[in-house]
Amino acid sequence: MNYEFPSFDEMFVAAGEPRPICRHFAERLEAIPGEELRTRQQAAEVSLRNLGITFNVYGHEDGTEKVWPFDLVPRILDAHEWQRVEDGLRQRIRALNLFVDDVYNDQRIFADGVVPGELVLEAPTYRPQMQGFRPAKGAWCHISGVDLIRHEDGTIYVLEDNLRCPSGVSYVLENREVMKRTFPQMFDGVAVAPVEEYPERLLETLLACAPPHATNPTAVVMTPGIYNSAYFEHTFLAQQMGVELVQGSDLYVDGGFVYMRTTLGPQRVDVIYRRIDDDFLDPKCFRKDSALGVAGLVDAYRRGNVTLANAPGTGIADDKAVYAYVPEIIKYYLGEEPILHNVPTYLCDDPEQRKYVIDHVAELVVKPTNESGGYGILIGPHATDEQRAQCVARIRDNPRNYIAQPMLNLSTVPTLAGGELAPRHVDLRPFVLCGEDIYVMPGGLTRVALVEGSMVVNSSQGGGSKDTWVLRNGNQTHHVHASHSN
Amino acid sequence: MLSRVADSLYWMSRYVERAENVARFIDVNYNLTLGEGAGLGDQWAPLVDTTGDNELFRKFYDDANRDNVVQFLAFDQRNPNSILSCISNARENARSVRETITSDMWEQLNKFYLLVRSAARTPNRLAGAYAFCDAVRLASHSLIGTTYTTMSHGEAWHFLRMGRLMERADKTSRIVDVQYFLLLPRPDDVGTSLDVVRWSALLRSTSALSMYRRVHGQITPNRVADFLILDRNFPRAMRFCVLRAQNSLEIITGAHSGTFQRRSEQLFGRLRAVLDYTGIGEIISRGMHQYIDDFQRELNQIGLAVQADFFTQGDPEPASQTQRQA
Repeated sequence: MNYEFPSFDEMFVAAGEPRPICRHFAERLEAIPGEELRTRQQAAEVSLRNLGITFNVYGHEDGTEKVWPFDLVPRILDAHEWQRVEDGLRQRIRALNLFVDDVYNDQRIFADGVVPGELVLEAPTYRPQMQGFRPAKGAWCHISGVDLIRHEDGTIYVLEDNLRCPSGVSYVLENREVMKRTFPQMFDGVAVAPVEEYPERLLETLLACAPPHATNPTAVVMTPGIYNSAYFEHTFLAQQMGVELVQGSDLYVDGGFVYMRTTLGPQRVDVIYRRIDDDFLDPKCFRKDSALGVAGLVDAYRRGNVTLANAPGTGIADDKAVYAYVPEIIKYYLGEEPILHNVPTYLCDDPEQRKYVIDHVAELVVKPTNESGGYGILIGPHATDEQRAQCVARIRDNPRNYIAQPMLNLSTVPTLAGGELAPRHVDLRPFVLCGEDIYVMPGGLTRVALVEGSMVVNSSQGGGSKDTWVLRNGNQTHHVHASHSN
Repeated sequence: MLSRVADSLYWMSRYVERAENVARFIDVNYNLTLGEGAGLGDQWAPLVDTTGDNELFRKFYDDANRDNVVQFLAFDQRNPNSILSCISNARENARSVRETITSDMWEQLNKFYLLVRSAARTPNRLAGAYAFCDAVRLASHSLIGTTYTTMSHGEAWHFLRMGRLMERADKTSRIVDVQYFLLLPRPDDVGTSLDVVRWSALLRSTSALSMYRRVHGQITPNRVADFLILDRNFPRAMRFCVLRAQNSLEIITGAHSGTFQRRSEQLFGRLRAVLDYTGIGEIISRGMHQYIDDFQRELNQIGLAVQADFFTQGDPEPASQTQRQA
């Protein structure tokens, strides 16, 4: 295989030399003729199209649905390394959940001078309406997605935390499904940690956090509707959990309780996994012009009559300025050293750091603190002088709104590009559930930048995805040994 | 079940059934007009009458020739009842209830949609229209089969079945109405003129030929009408559709047969009773067209009652936002 790569590659140490855990797989992959690879890739694409596994792109004219680009070559993670990542995620989410609870209640962390209070209280995602509230089981961020990247030094860093409505988990499950359908022989003799239990765990987490009065709680998934970019995922999760998928218009509040309109009359709803932003939840509480929400929902929530997952207000923990403090937050609440490292981050709000950012804008990546989907990011080294100047002006205008990070060289994975295997940059979004316990799904969503040299993995901007394999211990050679010893 | 979901399921299956029937209309007319030269060969305008969209057709087309009519009925997006529009609508409805239907059903309907869309984009689509109609019928049957075998036969399934059978009853009645008129233009001719080829084509359009033969043997106009209107076992006959749709309604509400609480139950029971105790002789002496007109009006009333009883429930803000024409 003629495969050369620019930075850390997940499958190869050097050209022609696979990593020990990938050797078995790489050998098989090399044995497959290019023609067959292309045929399988096409079969996978047909399969995705027929299954209607799509995402919506805003502002796209030729129909709103796009088939999710999927690449046949999986990203493979070693069991030991994954264990460390899993421990790190558990630790991080536990600390962030305590942090959100503290912010909306005692605010000890401000009093102790670990995180500046105004940084949090002035964030647009802070919800004063939640002050003094504590949700069932103390769980705020029931579902989180944490974006990880591997730099060329081989270290895995946390790039950002998504504690509002992280999406992508359905693609993890569908990618595995499509992989098994179109490339079953690649699984022979390999023990891959299963991802299929996620919907069960999600339902368990949601029901565990139901209001205490509900003896046989009813959970629903709430969607903004078929035009939302993640609508496919909403239907997928509702279907997998066997719960109703509701829109705002299906629900109403009466006497402080939430009901859904059914063919046989009203039915009480106890837990809402809402895939709709805080702003649109309740026109009486947040945005008055919201047609997607339910009037009185937040009041019912504050009375403890319904559980919202995630809780309103968790957005403060995925603000990118707060992100810079997460290592301190972990030490403060848990008394532990962070297992996973942050990417070094400059806060433009701080005058000294701001000066550094403005002087070095050509080398840095500048991000808005409160955007997702890769919108509004300036990649300094790839930007024009004009774009840099505009960015500097925006920073001066509203410094609290921006952070900057050094340009990281994301690791690569072999990817079918133009019919040949070529290195493409990837990131990884594992999903974490936090109810009575914390559950980390093995692996997560590997997003891949399909354009050569690009580091932008967002599906809205030309990214695709791969199946992610967490290998179970010692399985690489197990199959071979077993066949000899038996 | 959520009112909105029931609403979408009901319309999803109505739209698919509508598309299948439009395909049948085109197919039977093709069969009837083929080789008829200038006489029946020009008979494409009645087909537009069948669907009730004459006014819309006149707005966009001057001449009711074959190409225009087929384009309008099969592929024209401006026609809300074209095959393309129906399947797009069915899929939109399915998308909004994707968690309720099975993934096999979704995959089947999605393939159906891709088939129709790609046919509509083919330059020589009109030349292949008859093969296309065949494919549409087959895709519809596959979806019905997938629904039957993969989905629990509970409330959602019965909403699907009720919608499908109400739509089918309406469409069969239209086929009978128009073709009867076309084949027997003068009332005096009823029961006299017999053109086996044409009447067989009518039976074939409803996939009824061999089943008819088993029941009635020789083809006579009255027996054909009897079969398509009053047969209780043939799945495209109007009576069959009403019987089974009413049965679905009873299962949904849990009502006892012969009683009613809701308006829809009352109207359904009444229509069924009339079908149960009518003979074909009465229908013909009263006037076929008049009889079918009344039938369609009553079926429409039932549709409105179902809407009010289950989907909007007297709600000032109805759960459904899109659609549609009954």
